[in-house]
Amino acid sequence: MSLVNFTAREITCKIVYYGPGRSGKTTNLHYIYGRVPETRRGRMVSLATQTDRTLFFDFLPIDLGQISGFSTRFQLYTVPGQVYYNATRRLVLQGADGVVFVGDSQARQLDENIESLQNLQSNLLEHGVDVRAMPLVMQYNKQDLPAELILTPPELEDALNFRGVPSFAADALHGTGVFETLKAISELVLKKLAAGSPAV
Amino acid sequence: MTSTLHPRFTFETFVVGAANRLAVTAGRTVAENPGSAYNPLFIYSGSGLGKTHVLMAIGHAAKAIAAQLHIEYLTLDEYVEAFHAAIAAGQGDAFRRRFQNVDVLLVDDVQFLTNRKEMQAELLRLTEALQQAGHQIVLASDRPPAEIADLDERLISRFSGGLVVDMGIPDYETRVAILRRKAEERGSNFQPGVLETVAKVEFPNVRELMGALNRLIAFQAVNEPPMNEEAVRKVLGIRSGDAAAASPAAASPAAASADEFSQFLTDVTATVGKAVEAWRARVAEAVLRWEGEGYRTGRLEQLLDHETPPAVDEAIAAYVQDVERLKALEAEVAVLDPQAAGDKVFRDPGQLPAAEAAAAKVRDGAGPPPAPSAAFPLDGYCAGPSNEIALKGARDVIAKPGKKYNPLVIVGRSGLGKTHLLHAMGLELAKKKHAVVACLSTQQFVDELIAALDGNRVDWWRARYRRATAFLLDDIQLLAGKERTQEELFNLFNQFLDADRQLVFTAPAHPNTLDGLEERIVSRLEGGLVVEIQEPDKGLKRAALERLLKSQRVAADAALLDYLVDRPVESVRNLGALVQRVIEAAAAQDAPLTAGLARDVLEGAPPPRRTLGTRTSGIVVSSAGGVRSREKMVWDWPAAADRVIEDMR
Repeated sequence: MSLVNFTAREITCKIVYYGPGRSGKTTNLHYIYGRVPETRRGRMVSLATQTDRTLFFDFLPIDLGQISGFSTRFQLYTVPGQVYYNATRRLVLQGADGVVFVGDSQARQLDENIESLQNLQSNLLEHGVDVRAMPLVMQYNKQDLPAELILTPPELEDALNFRGVPSFAADALHGTGVFETLKAISELVLKKLAAGSPAV
Repeated sequence: MTSTLHPRFTFETFVVGAANRLAVTAGRTVAENPGSAYNPLFIYSGSGLGKTHVLMAIGHAAKAIAAQLHIEYLTLDEYVEAFHAAIAAGQGDAFRRRFQNVDVLLVDDVQFLTNRKEMQAELLRLTEALQQAGHQIVLASDRPPAEIADLDERLISRFSGGLVVDMGIPDYETRVAILRRKAEERGSNFQPGVLETVAKVEFPNVRELMGALNRLIAFQAVNEPPMNEEAVRKVLGIRSGDAAAASPAAASPAAASADEFSQFLTDVTATVGKAVEAWRARVAEAVLRWEGEGYRTGRLEQLLDHETPPAVDEAIAAYVQDVERLKALEAEVAVLDPQAAGDKVFRDPGQLPAAEAAAAKVRDGAGPPPAPSAAFPLDGYCAGPSNEIALKGARDVIAKPGKKYNPLVIVGRSGLGKTHLLHAMGLELAKKKHAVVACLSTQQFVDELIAALDGNRVDWWRARYRRATAFLLDDIQLLAGKERTQEELFNLFNQFLDADRQLVFTAPAHPNTLDGLEERIVSRLEGGLVVEIQEPDKGLKRAALERLLKSQRVAADAALLDYLVDRPVESVRNLGALVQRVIEAAAAQDAPLTAGLARDVLEGAPPPRRTLGTRTSGIVVSSAGGVRSREKMVWDWPAAADRVIEDMR
């Protein structure tokens, strides 16, 4: 997917929220959806099960309007976190310009986080993309939970962020860190545009 | 009750940036096509971001395109006040009619609809009526419809059914542009970097930005040397390296978190601004701007296909120059032939030569409306008691066209000088600056319309008259039975009245006694000043005779003048005919022009007396008497005996 189309004067950023099941990817999108003015957002498509587990993916288009003469749109996707939906995850990753890895801060979810991160790496490779070339931001969600249940951001940094990408502590349910994460991934993606190397 | 549009609040004085471009583009579109593009248009933004400016700019732009449009701007409070006053006066229906007839209604501060159920119902009714009638309504508020507390669901859906656009906080580039423009308007010069330093402060609205500029201007006015960046920081209390810290918005975490998306948008805008090559951004901005104004931008878009920066600024400047030329051509053609002005060639800078050719074609075909005849100067018009009111009315109209008597209707029988006075007025009105006077007979007006209909050039024909500053029509009774012409005249009439442009008509009798004229036209004619020219009095006739004889270079003796003045004529025209006969007779007989000759010519010379068998009646015919012609006079009487015998038979 081309990030920028000069002829059509369009910039379209596809950002995928990746992470283990129930880590809060859809919650991120819901929070963003609630803050974007009605005139700037499209319909949020969410295919979920009765227990609110993402079945296929969530999709939230945001129209940022004309920026520097370019019609700028963000397309935010989530992937289903459950292990058995890997084909869907791979599909959603296709053409991504940036990835937000939403980690679950609960100590007992650490293995799932690591597994999901490895899954991200392998799925990107399936698309011929080196994860090191992909703009990536880490979000450590659920930091609002009791301290005894969660790992601190430095602990999570040690465990997950071996590449040293930008990271944010978050409480997606109440919005803490949500827009900071989105802003960080947007900057990384757009800086790639400035560097002249289009994304995937 | 209604506020007037502030003359400075136009689109030209509004600085457009990413945050308000959509609103401005929508506003321009609405001004160009009121009632058809986005109806209603709902603009919302925080305080001080330019809602009122855009609202008024729409009014100005719409008026500039179609001067006849009825445009009203008012705040919701003014609307409520007017409504209450109307209800108190028992004029509720008149209030509704008043607003339903507005072509473009601009309502500001709609957020005050909260808890005003009766006004919501009234506004809903008005919005529906305006939409149905194809009239435009534009509303401005500090929040979107859905967030106006206690707002009727039907109003929300009605407002959302048009276009709802927001205006955000201007970005850095826009803030710089605003500051530069305002500083220039106030004649203040700042050192390079000063305004940029101010613009780095993220003021929550433009008003506060202006406040900061005011402080700088005031400070610079009393201090030497000129301000530098450091002084600016000091004056505005900006900490070095942390411009945003001075922003009241940034100082308030609650306010900042309340609009996370706006903040995000600002950040992304800055990032994209850095990411997109500057020359591409300039081209894309230009494309967006001119596309929004309805021009084809293919020429600019081609620039974006280049890998390396071409001569962008020169290309954009050339494009803008061509657009300006197209605008000028379009405006010129719109006056001459509105239909032709709609040609897409005037919207494509790539086809400038074709546009020039199209304009030239229209220019060639568009003559001015028929002008008054130079044969009827005002100083050649004789005054007397019989026409003094008409002449006074005419002079007042000449002095203050469109202001005092509009329309002026001159009535009187044929030959009394109505046409002369009409053309004389036309000639005087035409002497005024930028005057275009249309003066013609009704028959010509009808014939022209028929020809225009036949040639499918009615728009062109209308435009010819609509650009006139005065419209003078002779013999309006000839409109009888000509429905289409009356329709056109009615529309023209209203436009002239609305624009305070003068209308003058002549008719043989009072308009309300003429057959075949539509009531709406009659009532408008009677609504002006109707003046009557009477049969010429002696003074008028004497003045007319003197002028006639003088124009023929004939010396008139007093007896001749007395004789001719005493002749019973119905009009100056007939008097002229008499004089002409006498002059011709004098020339034919090579005799001097005397009262005797005139009497001989006009009444017939008495035959030589018979010496036998007959005698004259001995009646002395007075020149002022009832016997007017020789044919009706019995000159030869038979002898009395013969008459008796004849009678006895």
